[in-house]
Amino acid sequence: MKKKLFLIFLLYSIFKPSVSFSIVEIDITRGNLDPMPISVSPFFSNKDSRNKIMDILKINNLGLEISKVIENNLEKTGLFNAIDKEAFLQKPDIAHLKPRFEDWKLIKSQVLITGKVTSKIINDKDYINVEFKLWDVIGAKMVDGFSLTTTPRSWRRVGHKISDKIYERLTGENGYFDTRIIYVAEEGPKTQRVKKLALMDQDGFNTKYITLGNELVLTPRFNPADDKIITYMSYFRNMPRVYIVNLQTGEQKVVGDFRGMTFAPRFSPDGKKLIMSLAKDGNSEIWVRDLETNIQEKLTDHPSIDTSPSYSPDGKFITFNSDRSGYQQIYVMRSDGSKVKRISFGKGIYGTPVWSPRGDLIAFTKLHKGKFFIGVMRTDGSGERLLTENFYQEAPSWSPNGRTIIFYRETKTNDEGQGFSAKLWSIDLTGYNERLVKTETDASDPSWSSLLGN
Amino acid sequence: MNLSKIFKNAFLVIMFGLIVTACATKKSVKTTTESTSSSTTAAETQKADPIEKLDALMQGDVYIGSDTVGELASGVPDRVFFATNETILTTASRETLRKQAAWLRQNPDVTVVVEGHADERGTREYNLALGERRANSAKDYLMTYGVSSDRIKVLSYGKERPVDSGSNPLSWSKNRRSVTVKAN
Repeated sequence: MKKKLFLIFLLYSIFKPSVSFSIVEIDITRGNLDPMPISVSPFFSNKDSRNKIMDILKINNLGLEISKVIENNLEKTGLFNAIDKEAFLQKPDIAHLKPRFEDWKLIKSQVLITGKVTSKIINDKDYINVEFKLWDVIGAKMVDGFSLTTTPRSWRRVGHKISDKIYERLTGENGYFDTRIIYVAEEGPKTQRVKKLALMDQDGFNTKYITLGNELVLTPRFNPADDKIITYMSYFRNMPRVYIVNLQTGEQKVVGDFRGMTFAPRFSPDGKKLIMSLAKDGNSEIWVRDLETNIQEKLTDHPSIDTSPSYSPDGKFITFNSDRSGYQQIYVMRSDGSKVKRISFGKGIYGTPVWSPRGDLIAFTKLHKGKFFIGVMRTDGSGERLLTENFYQEAPSWSPNGRTIIFYRETKTNDEGQGFSAKLWSIDLTGYNERLVKTETDASDPSWSSLLGN
Repeated sequence: MNLSKIFKNAFLVIMFGLIVTACATKKSVKTTTESTSSSTTAAETQKADPIEKLDALMQGDVYIGSDTVGELASGVPDRVFFATNETILTTASRETLRKQAAWLRQNPDVTVVVEGHADERGTREYNLALGERRANSAKDYLMTYGVSSDRIKVLSYGKERPVDSGSNPLSWSKNRRSVTVKAN
């Protein structure tokens, strides 16, 4: 954690994007049952670069590995179907120079991705340069591409940045591959779970543990304005409190000086405020703390349980859950605490509302007839749609483009109390493409970062 | 003057009516949720446990057995149990807490932590609040019986520290608890 996680990227575009790109286009607003066939050619390196990269990273064919990162990202969206590399007729270096489109049409590829990896030395330091091109096979032309220079060990991020570019070009939506997930890694029996904060790339690689497991930790969340900053709740010294951590420096501090348990923290969209709950004398209220002025203010005032607050992306509203009606329901109020309005009226109990980064939807957890659902509704409570049903699941968190939701799911134990597990899952807003998210250990409470900065 | 008095009375009557209806609505809502949860209770446990056995262990969905119950002191049980989503103390809970209070009055140097817990059938953050509320419910009762508030700390674990790892109504009933633990 004390290690520097974030390295400098030198990013520049060397190709002019073509003006229109109408032939190959994907509609992702509906469930996609007909994924687009694509070919990701292994990126090629000359012999010198290959040897040099082998020396530095101990990876024999980095270009192939980068193409696999891209392939894996694109396939997991459910929108693309990567054609087996065995079927490719053209060699990577020639394809990158000028593809024979007939060869790629023959294997039914609509889109081709090619690239080149070169080792470089700048000011006596090793770097890699990665160039990529996106080709429209049917239109027989190059439609996008860029070249990027970075430190060798950031090579997976290069793959993610290229994936983002391709996704953006083909869907018209922002990408979400160059992102991280912070979550709680879990181990041990259900009655004595050991929990640690863990950070990983969106595709499950580069896992780093932020805490050692000495104390119970819960609900980590990224600062949407700064991916190096997170907030979470810790039972350090048996004082359950909200903390803010700088992942780069390792600096950690308790938020505010509250007499009582603070929990359920979330940043404001600009990262300048933190909302959370304070439980004191049997009552939980929502508070906001300005992280610049250190002024804190109580936003709700009700003898019921008010918790799980989440800001709208414009910062003007807060959604939260409260049992003031007798059981847990979702409410929206102005961010100064005024104009509280209940929005959930369906059958069941509703909790953990999280505002979409697009602003139009709220994701939630619902308990109805002994089953847990992850769903979405409009911000006025209309248009409720349940995406997935299970024995236990909760804590939705949006991908930064608002297209995918990550959450955690726990299994039912058998009569002997065995067989418990907790895993991360993701599902598209369409309700399609439900996937297990790979983690090294059991996992819960995921939070998705914004697209990473430098 | 008279007219305003009439208005005032009428207003009070209306307010009273509203309060009554509000209470009634709340109550009817509560009973429907409770009846659904108790019906799942019956359905799900039929397989695992014979009904007579379960009757001896749960009243409604509050645990009344002795499994997992420890002692704060000799003859003084350390914990009380709650109904689903509830923080109200049952008659048996109040009896246990009176025993705890009596013992604490006899041992004025002892301080305690009341740990509040919830079952796994709720969202994590809500359960943290619910655990805190349950612990305070027990604390308040101890205070009523003469234990000063500065001797009692509360600590909510939400659903993080179940005592029974089962995924069935009986296990859940054991996990909905507040436990009084000696702190010194």
